[in-house]
Amino acid sequence: MILHPTVIANLLAVYISSGMVLYAVYYGAQILKYWDIQSGHELQLVLERKTYLISTLLAYVFGLQLLSLFLFIFTADSLTPLFVGAMCAAGTLNVDAFGYPTLVLKIFSFILAGLWLVLNYADNQGYDYPLIKKKYLLLAFVAPFIILETILESAYFLNMEADVITSCCGSLFSSERVTGIGSEIASMPALPMMWIFYGAMICTLASGIFFYLKNTGGYLYAALSLLMFIISLVSIVSFISLYIYELPTHHCPFCIIMEEYDYLGYLLYILLFGAVVSGIGVAALSPFRQVESLQFMLSGFIRKLALASVILYAAFAAIVTYEIVTSSLVIAYEVVY
Amino acid sequence: MRHWIEKQRYIIDFTISSLLRRKVKNFGLLALYTLIVFILASTMFFTYSIKKEASLILKDAPEIVVQKIVAGRHDLLPVSYLDTIKNIRGVAAVESRLWGYYYDSLVGANYTLLVPPANGNSADNAQSPAKTTVVEGEPGIDKSKPLFELNGAVLEPGTLIIGNGIARLRDIGKGDYMPFLTFDGNVVNFRIAGTLSSQSELVSADLMLITGEDFRKLFGIDNSYVTDLTVVVNNPSEIATVASKIKKRLPQARPIIRDEILRTYDSIFNWRGGMMIVIFSAAVLAFVIFAWDKASGLSAGERREIGILKAVGWETSDVIQMKFWEGAMISLTAFFTGVILAYVHVFFTGSLVFEPALKGWSSLYPNFELTPFVNLEQLTTLFFLTVVPYTVATIVPIWRAATIDPDSAMRFTGD
Amino acid sequence: MIELVKVKKVFNAGNPSEFSALNSVNLFIEENQVTVLKGPSGSGKTTLLSIVGCMSRPSAGRVKLQGREITSLPERFLTDIRRKTFGFIFQQPNLIKGITVLDNVMLPAYPLGEKRSHLRDKAMRGLAELNIGNKAASKVEWLSGGEAQRASIVRALINDPRIIIADEPTAHLDTKLSYRFMEIIEKFKAEGKTVIITSHDPLVYESSMVDRVVNLRDGQIEGEPA
Repeated sequence: MILHPTVIANLLAVYISSGMVLYAVYYGAQILKYWDIQSGHELQLVLERKTYLISTLLAYVFGLQLLSLFLFIFTADSLTPLFVGAMCAAGTLNVDAFGYPTLVLKIFSFILAGLWLVLNYADNQGYDYPLIKKKYLLLAFVAPFIILETILESAYFLNMEADVITSCCGSLFSSERVTGIGSEIASMPALPMMWIFYGAMICTLASGIFFYLKNTGGYLYAALSLLMFIISLVSIVSFISLYIYELPTHHCPFCIIMEEYDYLGYLLYILLFGAVVSGIGVAALSPFRQVESLQFMLSGFIRKLALASVILYAAFAAIVTYEIVTSSLVIAYEVVY
Repeated sequence: MRHWIEKQRYIIDFTISSLLRRKVKNFGLLALYTLIVFILASTMFFTYSIKKEASLILKDAPEIVVQKIVAGRHDLLPVSYLDTIKNIRGVAAVESRLWGYYYDSLVGANYTLLVPPANGNSADNAQSPAKTTVVEGEPGIDKSKPLFELNGAVLEPGTLIIGNGIARLRDIGKGDYMPFLTFDGNVVNFRIAGTLSSQSELVSADLMLITGEDFRKLFGIDNSYVTDLTVVVNNPSEIATVASKIKKRLPQARPIIRDEILRTYDSIFNWRGGMMIVIFSAAVLAFVIFAWDKASGLSAGERREIGILKAVGWETSDVIQMKFWEGAMISLTAFFTGVILAYVHVFFTGSLVFEPALKGWSSLYPNFELTPFVNLEQLTTLFFLTVVPYTVATIVPIWRAATIDPDSAMRFTGD
Repeated sequence: MIELVKVKKVFNAGNPSEFSALNSVNLFIEENQVTVLKGPSGSGKTTLLSIVGCMSRPSAGRVKLQGREITSLPERFLTDIRRKTFGFIFQQPNLIKGITVLDNVMLPAYPLGEKRSHLRDKAMRGLAELNIGNKAASKVEWLSGGEAQRASIVRALINDPRIIIADEPTAHLDTKLSYRFMEIIEKFKAEGKTVIITSHDPLVYESSMVDRVVNLRDGQIEGEPA
């Protein structure tokens, strides 16, 4: 185990997140069991007060998840000198089997937490907490993922061993491990991916605007925005990163959040995350449009979510296009990369 | 949206005035918080900048160092190895090194004696392939400046050039004489020809430069042996291959690759830094408990105040927001103050507070000034180790305070 | 305007110290009238007032405000209604020490996020109307009893509420100030506001401008039908 201060910070963050989520689930279970909005009984009043606590806790968890997602990448990047063959975070994540699964789960948990907050906001607008039971069921669903993420991340860091000098033979293992750690990320060929990216983006934006104007096709948009999210991530690896690094072989999606590239990655990823959470939020809330206490606001809110998502995706596409156009790299697409 | 912004402004105003109204209580918390940040930040700044210094210095270490190992211990290396290695494809140059330790019982210190390479004087080193003496890389540092400057001194037989640490410890300088005990019990006097520059103290405090002949005479080492070899390999991707070839042809040789040294040092520093953080975690925990207690222990006056706020129309979530801003302000103030103080402490006063712990038993301790090196990673780690635990610890107390009944204000009827 | 049907309030339910502050209260408060709730201490006046004023929820029964059922509204909605509809005057002025009179008066409007200059003007006008405009910048510790009382009245009015609730307002005032207070109440009535006062001060409940007196004893209303 590498006792690096940043590693400690990471582990602390996920343990705290898990702790808060477990705490929230415990109270959530009470609410699921005893909630009765009509009753003026003291227990009900206590439960209502508890919902404030849970909302606050989960808002913090959401913030913490986002920060720790970036910290995780940062840490992976700063640990690269310790491993033979690792060039950047992409390499460090390959050091043991838990690196990439942790990353995937972190992103997934973050999106789920975001969804919960969207649901929570809508629920609070109704004068009888109409979505409360569904909200806490969702929480019970989200919690295991965050716990799992904690376990995976712990396993990842605890299993790490730096390639240091051993007492007898300094270079023995590094020469035997001639190939080193795979720092190459599997990537899709650039040109087809570009077409797919822009094609999907146009479809998604169109669907979103259509929904905003006509108020139908919400589920379609949510599905498209999820798809767009995945396509965008693949695209970053496949061709967007090439233009940002101005290097036809550098596919790493993590280096763009580093100082050398003006922290551009933060902006891109935050736009993407925001877009996908609000996009999926549309589908999460649409089933409840008929609920009486939410009548006056829900449709409007859902449409605003869709609009926000569209704007974020559009901004993402705009920045990507700008980077491609102003990049010094020119990819001759006759050669397949 | 405008309403929300205006509302936050009002709440922030109120929070500031509320914090100022309870100066004593908040000051105690702030002082402790700043102290915690200060200690952790000092530790991190120190560890990281030493790590960076080490890696900068090692960056131009030779690609491969070859030592001879006999029964698991470092032994003198026969000069014939040089030719064997020179013949390996990919090797640009091989140089021998002569160095060792001398224990001075008078002051209880270990000196490192080094025979400087052939063209060991200042300006020529840029040409020398042996990279023990040139520092490169950092912008602003003169490219041809040697690792240790000889300050114009010339090393002749019978003389030594010593590092500042030794000069201080033995209270000797240029022109003085220093007695040494040779391997066969005789006393030899060396004249001090000069001292090494103070800029390089971190690596040269305990260093003594001596001529090859004198070295061999002092330690009784035959001409056919050297301490170890440095190998220059120009193509970085060849290094591992060359190292394994060396190992194959000279089974008793141990080639050490520069990157391995870097990794090992990195690990050590990380480990040390991490250990200190773990130890200090007890302090952080204590602080967190203290913060939690402070946040929970609302005085009667504070309770009344919140009761009034709720009675006149503030909601629970408004009070939570107010308390959140309170926490944020205290955290930000403590964080920035602590970081700035730590920066001054480590980089301007040379870690005054830590000095006794760092010095330990070493008699020869370098006086050095660390180059400031603070990056976002350090600050973020600090943030996670201090602000996050504090904030989380205060969530439940804040909520408890915010859910005070509005009609408690009504029920308060007298003095 | 405000209707209470079979309202009960129980504290510490299920414990040995269980105690019923209100027992099946039926009450209807008329608009633009001054209603006084009278009764000995322990009769549940304050509890009743807090339920009427949307500060707490009954354990049983129903509460309606202008026809709208508000019994089971969650706190955030209740508070929102209370902010906009009610103005509270407490026994004690209950001003926050250490900040100015002006800040105290603007406090209830903070969560609404109104424009600052707008709010300040409203507050200054309110203070001027009650003749304490010159005290706007002073800290509340410097006010006399009567001035503090008037400051808390201005605070109660900052959001233009339609209903004023006063809990034992004259308990700490001398006769002259008490009469002054009743004059202010008369002004409210003339402006179309509804006023609900609890008091056991004859000066209050025997005043000519009082439209109705409700007698409370042991958590129940004596005599008066709903």
